[in-house]
This record gives sequence, C-alpha cells and structure tokens, in this order.
Amino acid sequence: MTLIAGSDPEASRAKGGASRWTTRRVWSLAGAAVLVAVVWAFYAWNGAQTTAVLSGTVRAATLLVLGAMCGMIGERSGIVNIGIEGQFLMSAFAAFTIASISGSLFLGVVAGVSTGLAMGWMLAAMAVGLRTDQIIAGTVLNIAALGLTSFFYDRGRSLGQLKYQAIELGPLADLPVVGTALFNRPPLTYLALILVIVLHVLLLRSVWGMRTTAIGEHPGAAATVGIDVIRLRYLNVTLAGGLAGLGGAYLALEAVGTFTRAMSGGRGFLALAVMIFGRRTPLGAYAAALFFGFTTALQNQFQLNDTFDIPAQFVGMLPFVVTIIVVAAAGLFGRMRDPAALGQPYEVR
Amino acid sequence: MAGTAASGAQLESEAAAAQPEVLIAGRGITKRFGSVVANDDVSVELRPGRILALLGENGAGKSTLVNVLFGLHRPDAGQVVIADEEVELSSPHDAIARGVGMVHQHFQLVPPMSVVRNIVLGAEPRKLGMIDVAQARRRVLDLADRFGLHVDPDAAVEDLPVGAQQRVEILKALYRDARVLIADEPTAVLTPQETDHLLDVLRGLTDQGVGIVFITHKLREVMAAADDIVVLREGRVVGTTTPAETSEAALAELMVGRAVDLHGDRFESGATGVGSAVSMATADDGDAVAEPADAMEVVLEIEALCADDDRGQRAVDELSLSVRAGEIVGVAGVEGNGQRELVEAITGLRHAASGTVSISDRDASGARPRQVTVIGVGHIPEDRAKHGLIGSYSVADNSVLNRYFRPPFAAGGMLRRDRITSHARDVVATFDVRTPSVELTADSLSGGNKQKLIVGREFSDDIDLLIAAQPTRGIDIGAIEFIWRRIRERRDEGTAVLLVSAELDEVLALSDRVAVMYEGRIVATVDPRTATREEIGLLMAGATPAASSS
Repeated sequence: MTLIAGSDPEASRAKGGASRWTTRRVWSLAGAAVLVAVVWAFYAWNGAQTTAVLSGTVRAATLLVLGAMCGMIGERSGIVNIGIEGQFLMSAFAAFTIASISGSLFLGVVAGVSTGLAMGWMLAAMAVGLRTDQIIAGTVLNIAALGLTSFFYDRGRSLGQLKYQAIELGPLADLPVVGTALFNRPPLTYLALILVIVLHVLLLRSVWGMRTTAIGEHPGAAATVGIDVIRLRYLNVTLAGGLAGLGGAYLALEAVGTFTRAMSGGRGFLALAVMIFGRRTPLGAYAAALFFGFTTALQNQFQLNDTFDIPAQFVGMLPFVVTIIVVAAAGLFGRMRDPAALGQPYEVR
Repeated sequence: MAGTAASGAQLESEAAAAQPEVLIAGRGITKRFGSVVANDDVSVELRPGRILALLGENGAGKSTLVNVLFGLHRPDAGQVVIADEEVELSSPHDAIARGVGMVHQHFQLVPPMSVVRNIVLGAEPRKLGMIDVAQARRRVLDLADRFGLHVDPDAAVEDLPVGAQQRVEILKALYRDARVLIADEPTAVLTPQETDHLLDVLRGLTDQGVGIVFITHKLREVMAAADDIVVLREGRVVGTTTPAETSEAALAELMVGRAVDLHGDRFESGATGVGSAVSMATADDGDAVAEPADAMEVVLEIEALCADDDRGQRAVDELSLSVRAGEIVGVAGVEGNGQRELVEAITGLRHAASGTVSISDRDASGARPRQVTVIGVGHIPEDRAKHGLIGSYSVADNSVLNRYFRPPFAAGGMLRRDRITSHARDVVATFDVRTPSVELTADSLSGGNKQKLIVGREFSDDIDLLIAAQPTRGIDIGAIEFIWRRIRERRDEGTAVLLVSAELDEVLALSDRVAVMYEGRIVATVDPRTATREEIGLLMAGATPAASSS
C-alpha cells in the first residue's frame, strides 16, 4: 500500500505557511523530548508514585479520547456534537444496569455501545434529518440523559461483581516507566488505544475519511460527484455515538465500577476541548487527552499525598484551571480553521 | 465505485469507436417555476467536436436549460437526448453516468483538499478501502497531459489561482469520462489572458471529440470560440446561428430585443475590442459624456495603505491613489487582488494595517463605517445581500439604512415612520425600483431592483465621494444602463467616484482614469481612451508596464 505523506489533507492544509508547519513540528518534538526527560527523572526519583500518576493519566485519557473521537467524526462531517456528555451518561447507565441484571460485563458493554449508537442516531435525526439547530439538538441529548438517568437511578443496585480488571501483556508490562501505565490495563483501555490508531488511519487515508472531509467542507461539491451527503452524515454521527457509548461503558464498568448520578461530570464537554486541541485527529486528540488526564492524575496524587498545605478543593481545581489556560492559549496561538460547513444543515436541492 | 472512473485510454477508444450523431440535445423543453415560464419550448442540439454557445441576458433561461440537460431540474415538457438516446434524468448522477460533465460557475471543489483528491472524489481508485494515491495521481497526470490542462496535483485547491481551479473542475469532469462539457459562465472570473487560454483548452477538447456547451453573455467570446450560437430571451430561443453568419451587433439585438449601441460612450469598437453586452450604453449617454469632467480638488487621497485579508495575508500593499471631484477612477483587476480589502479599508469595514486615507481633507484613517458615511461617502458594496441590504427588513427601512439615526428620520431616539415611508416612495419612484409596496421585504426584490434600491439610498444623500464596488454584478442590461447613467450624472455634478469592478468592459465604459490593481498594488494608471484591452489585460495579469508597452 502506498501512502504518500504529501497528499494528506492535513499536510496540504498547513501548506499555506510551510515554515510554520516545520516550526510546529520542531516545537512538538522538543516538547516531547523534554517531557520524556522529566518523566524519566521523576521515575528515577520515585518510581511507585510516578507509575501511579502515569496510570491515572491513561485512565482519565481513555474516556476523553473516546469522546473526542466521537466529536471529531461529527465535526469533520459538518455536525457539531455537544451532546457527548449526555451520550456518556446514558450509555454508562445502560451499561451498568444491563451488566448488573445479566451479570455479564460484556453484555453491559454491548448495551452501552448500543445506547451510544441510538443517541447518535437521535442527534443525526434532529441535526441532519430535521435540520434542527445543532447546538439545541445536542443540548436536548444532554438534558434528556440527565433527566432519564436520574429518574431511573436505583441507589440500591450494585454491579454484583468486580469491574473489568487489568490484563498484563506479558513482558511489555515489565517495561520501566510505561509498563504498568500502558501494558497492564483493563480491556476497554486497550480497545480504545486500538481505535485511536485505526480511526487515525481511516480518517486521513481511507475513501471514507476523504468523503467525510468533503461533506464537512463543501457538501454541495460532494453531492455533485455522487456522494449521498445526508446518508453519510447520518452514518457518521450514528457511528460516532457508538464511540461515546463505549466511553460510557468504560466509565461505568472499567474506570469506576458503578453508576452514580451525573457521573460523567462534564467530561463530555472536556472531550470537545481535547478534540479541538488535538486538531480533530485521533492521535492529536490522544496526546491532548493524555495532557488533560495528567492534570487530573496529578491532582489526585497531590491530594493523596497532602503535598500542599491548602484545602483539597483548591488542589482539585487544578485540571480545570489548566484547561482554561491551555484552551485560551491554544485559541491565541494555534489558530485552526473549522470545517467550512460546520454547523450548517444540508438541504438536498 | 472505482469502476466508474474512466482511464484515459478507455475514453480514447470509445471516442474512436462509435461516435454518436448528437451528443446532447433538448427537444421542446418547457420548464415552469410557479407561474414563471423559465424555458418555453426550447430546442438545442450539440454535435461531437463542436462548441455551442448559449447566449442571453440574466433571466433569459440559460441556466435553467443547462440544469435540465444536467438532470438538476426535470422538464415539464420535452425530452433530453444524450448520445442519440432519449433519457430521463432524475439527478445529475444520471447525466454524469452518461458522460455529461459540468463546470460550475461556483466551483464544486473542496478547498483544503489536494487537486488529486478533488478530482477522484466520489470515484476513487482504492486498495482495501484506502485511497490508492499513486494510481489516482498517475491517472490525473495522464489526463492533464493529454488535454494540456496543467496543474500541480499535490497543491491544495485553496492555494491555486482561479484559472487553475477551473482546470481542476474540467479535469474532474474528464476523469469521469465526460464527452459533453457544460460550462456555466466559465469566463466570468478570469483575466482576458486566462479567458483566451480557456478558449484554447476548450478548442483542444473538441479536437478529441468532446462537445462543449457554454453559457455566456459576452459577445466577444461567442464570436471567437463558438461553432453554433443559440440566443435565448425570456425563456425562448430567439435565434440559432453561427459566428460566420452574424455579428456582435446582431447578436446583441437578438439578446436584448431592441437595437443597442455597441460603441459605448467614447470608444471605437475596433480600438477597444468592445465585446461584451455589458459595455453597451444608450445613444443619449454618448452626448452627456462627450466633454471629460474637469479635474477639480482631490476628494479621496490614499497614501501607502496596507491592509490584510481575512486569513491575515497582506492584501493591500502600500497602495496610493487619489480621486478628484468630478472624475470616475476605475480600479481594474482580477478579483482577489485586494480590491475588496481596499474598499473595506476605505469605508471603515476593515482595519488598515498602516497608511492614511483622507476624504475631503479630513483624516479618515481608522474611521468607523458610520463616521465615513457622515463625512459624505456613499458606498455601493460588492456583496448586496451581505453588506448592502438587510433582506428581512422592509424596502422602506432599507432605504434609510445609512441615515435612519439622523433627522428627518429620527427624533429623540424614535423613528419617524411617516417620513421614512415617504422617503422610500421617493427613492422607489426616482430609481425605478419595481416593487408593489415599500413595506415588502428587500428579499422580495429581484437582483437588479435590489441594486437600484441601494444606489437610490446612497445617492439620495448629499455625498462628495461614491465608492462603487461591482455595482452591476449579476443584474440585467436594463438595470446596468440605468445605474451607469446615474453614476455618470453624479460624476458630472461633481462627485468623486471610485469604481471597482471585475468587468473590464464596465471599467472602460465608465472611467476617466483606470488604475490597474495587481497583488495589492496599483501597477499602472492608464487613460481608457488610449489603452487597449490587451494592454490592460496584461497589466491585470501582473506584467510590468514596460513589458506591456513593447
């Protein structure tokens, strides 16, 4: 298979300033090198705690990147999805309830993903089919999810079994620094990592990915060459909902092991920030998710250790403060153009 | 899906094998939109290797006809014939599958995607669901070679000049095995040189058996390139002819339905090569403009103005220009060379990066739009819908958009409806805006009437300077004549006029001086009485003045 880097749409988009693109590369590489050095130094200084923070980072990042991928498939197709929060919550509820009733975690995951798909289809029906304002459509999902899950919430119900447990990947798990964080994880984390890579290739190299870009940038042009814009938007937004559904299942059955009211806790919105910060590519989003996950993990560790002699609530603010700073800074420096038809309903002539 | 993408060799062999007698034809096409009959029993026919020009004013039914032929509209009566066969087209895909390609007026390209990706989109060569980039690239390069349509296959479409984007559109059709190419006003966005190149390319395509239908209202191009000419007026075919059998004057008369003076005001048709229906003016105008306006005091003085476009790129670059009272200075140039940014910087819609603008000896650099208006500047903006009118407001409200806040239309913060209405009635009557009531929304007006409303609004105030950007874009000849006459009258009354237009014919017909703009600068100022179209065309394409005069 021939993959020519120069024909990547992202690369050609950056062509406007060739020098900026290379500068960006240099900076990212330099940043990564510094990061590796710092992590290594901490690992040498205190292995156990560094491993704990890194594991926490990956744990938090998994949910964020699943939400971000859901968002980016929608946005690349021209549909804003601010209902990820609701998709998370509803799927987490379904996954938990089914797993609890059936006693099978796997059936729980199936229920979570199915719920996500159904929520995705509902968003598509409103935003693509009925051409509702996309922000309103997403808000409908969020409100519906909060209301329904709170109403049917059963305080007495428990999972009745252990949540998903870590699976060691043989010798890989013994690697220093990243061994535990990446290769001694529960199954859904592995699945999410695989999805990140697969989706990255599909979005940038596949026929589907190219057509998706086309319907998000210029649906009229896509239609003139025989692409069914409405159908592809329906398909994409629905399938993307499945990713958020997996996120919900992950939250209930792997990260926490139970369901609590409003347990998604704003992460569906944070996922949108992750998506934008990651420039609407899965690998970019994963890097961004790790960054945001890191602030969460660090904050947890600080609280456990009582590192700072200040009220826990202030330490708990850390991820949110960092989010505000980073998103603002990204908005100032890393200007990225949205898909040209983002948010615009498409009407067949 | 990959199977529908034709390789070059396939196309060649088919063309050689069985050539149909008629590539595409409409037989007795009638199409109604509500009570409007857009096409009334129209018949046209295209044979292999020929170029058919569809000529007509705006609203004559040209676009409707090609949309029927391309499957975008279904005719109410009549048949479409493709390759000797009567066909029912339910969508453009049916037409594309039968070898009909369309070069749209607004390019149907995805700007951030590469040339290759745009061409293969929808009919991609694939390997395991991935795009076979190498094969796609090779096919595109083959096609480009064979038809002499050269483009950088890896460039993003948005980085290409308009002429190259158009070549991508043509390649896209050829990649889909098009044997009929329908081009909707393909030359509207091109320089004269690019136009000539395009006409050469089209001619080259016909040598390979492709047939071409092209829509235009420019007589010069029709005479130069067409084999067959069909003239439409009010939805009917009013003439079927060939360049050898007709003349520009005869075609113009057919189009408009009455005799028109092709010579404009002061140009010999030979010297300027007047070739566009747009350059027509009525005979009585000729007298009014016989004596050039006297040069008076400078009203608009621009010095070393710099401004950036929306993407932050420098669009206006150290530009200096002055306009005196009682003269029309025309800015000629291919669109996208900073004209829009220049107009916006003068009118306060865009921040200038540096430089000064003074209007009537007052510093207007960095002035807000309202301050500019109050100084005495009228602005006919290039984008009627976006900057000229508020579509959902009534004609009456739109008629005072530039001064609703001042007496006599406002008092103590309240609008005086009665005065606004009577003012609107005045504007509508004086400027021939055709509307049943001034209380209807501006959206209900036709393009020409919208433009007359804008002109009426801007002219009914006391202005020293008029900025007119594309004042006659997309409106019919009657309205064009009217607006031109009004602009000339204003000039003769002593108003300074800065005219910005992508139509060279318009610039030549109206201006006392022509400033040619290229890449954000005025590269030359020429006298329209002595300069030729060719000279100006070269300047518009970036040739230096010295080179163009040799």
